[in-house]
Amino acid sequence: MKAREVPQDPSMLGEHRRACYATNDEGEYIIVPSKGWEVESIVNSQAVDEVREQIEAVRQQALKGEVSPLTYHMTLRHMDARLLAANTGIWRWKVKRHLTVKGFAGLNHELLMRYADALGMDVERLRQVPKEPEYLVD
Amino acid sequence: MSTDSSQLITDLNNFNHRHAAHCESGTVTTLLRSQGLDLTEAMVFGLGGGIFFIYMPLFKMAGMPLTAYRDAPRIIIKNICKRLGVRMRSHRYRTPEEGMAALDDFLMQGIPVGIQGNVFWLPYFPEEMRFQYNGHNMVVFGKKDNEYLVSDPVVEQATTCPAADLQRARFAKGAFAPKGLLYYPDYVPTDPDIAGAIPVAIKTTAKRMTEIPIPFFGVRGMRFMANRLIKWPEKFGIKRASALIGNVVRMQEEIGTGGAGFRFIYAAFLQEAGDLLDNEALREASKRLSRTGDRWREFALLGAQLCKGRKQDPAAYKDLANVVRDCADREEAIFNDLKKVF
Repeated sequence: MKAREVPQDPSMLGEHRRACYATNDEGEYIIVPSKGWEVESIVNSQAVDEVREQIEAVRQQALKGEVSPLTYHMTLRHMDARLLAANTGIWRWKVKRHLTVKGFAGLNHELLMRYADALGMDVERLRQVPKEPEYLVD
Repeated sequence: MSTDSSQLITDLNNFNHRHAAHCESGTVTTLLRSQGLDLTEAMVFGLGGGIFFIYMPLFKMAGMPLTAYRDAPRIIIKNICKRLGVRMRSHRYRTPEEGMAALDDFLMQGIPVGIQGNVFWLPYFPEEMRFQYNGHNMVVFGKKDNEYLVSDPVVEQATTCPAADLQRARFAKGAFAPKGLLYYPDYVPTDPDIAGAIPVAIKTTAKRMTEIPIPFFGVRGMRFMANRLIKWPEKFGIKRASALIGNVVRMQEEIGTGGAGFRFIYAAFLQEAGDLLDNEALREASKRLSRTGDRWREFALLGAQLCKGRKQDPAAYKDLANVVRDCADREEAIFNDLKKVF
């Protein structure tokens, strides 16, 4: 690829530019910062949209009381029961129980703290399900 | 601890940060430079044997078949140590408290260290780039108040990261869990035999690309993926097939490959090696690999069109497979020729 041909398409990465290797007019390789390539934006948003759809679906379920707020926050942090168990040191079968509304209601403060810590939030937030969609971290 | 006698860096601009394509080669380059050995990222990537191809459909990462245009994590570090005579010290820690205290100790002594962390917890990345991935590498070189000063090679400028986030990133669990991994070179030769290391590195890489008798690796892996790819729409349905294509393209073009799934950065290495050894065959191989990289970019373009349009013409998958096969043929010829250079 020639340096002049390195794509500079606007992308959702905003100001973040990535380093591309391309050749200058003398045919020598140089590093050219790129704002993005449309191709990347397409496949990246495909992946991001899939995650967001899943987060939104779980938020709706949590609002209806079908799953616990913990399930919502776990999904928000791109985790599943296995990863959450690994990050908290709580047995996976126990985590699965806490993902249910009933199981979550019985949690003591210490366990709530452990979940909140692993998910990067405070206990207060962990108990809530937001009324509006939110993404990732604040 | 008194800060007067320490060498703690507290100024973000007080570090020679350089933008790189790939986190592991970039981190190693920065660490070596901090010890006086100034190599390009492409040279580190090439000597470290970074280029490869892996397709292992039964091994899933975030629900997607493992697809990589590079070799396993930490292979570059390992090869650079072996081939240049660098001695790298690595430490892992049982608790976050221990790991953060050790990091502070090194920074107090003015020693920049490489660390491994989970991308999801690094707030300086744009939200869309943050996925649960434990294999990211970066350099931490200082601390100011409660923020660490970070030279992340794939980010254009040096940046900062709050202590709580860095701790979470370093002690995230799951696949490739970093366990607080921290590393730094404690011996770097002043004048390593780079000219002698180049043939060893190229021959090893060429063999790995062409000779591993297992279908998942090197050019065999590419052909294996091409054969499977044609069946995706029929086997998994339209939506999943398109997501699978999207995943391959992401592995090739998203942040961290320098374009065309590391083919361009390896071509840059071959060019530099060719100039250093005044070897025309290496310069020629560099040009051929560049053209193969352009071909991989055509694959990415076709793949993205397919993802966007969701038009499910089976011929489109056939076209994609043919481009991959063509890339495999080209790379097989290039690396077979490279074996004969030395």
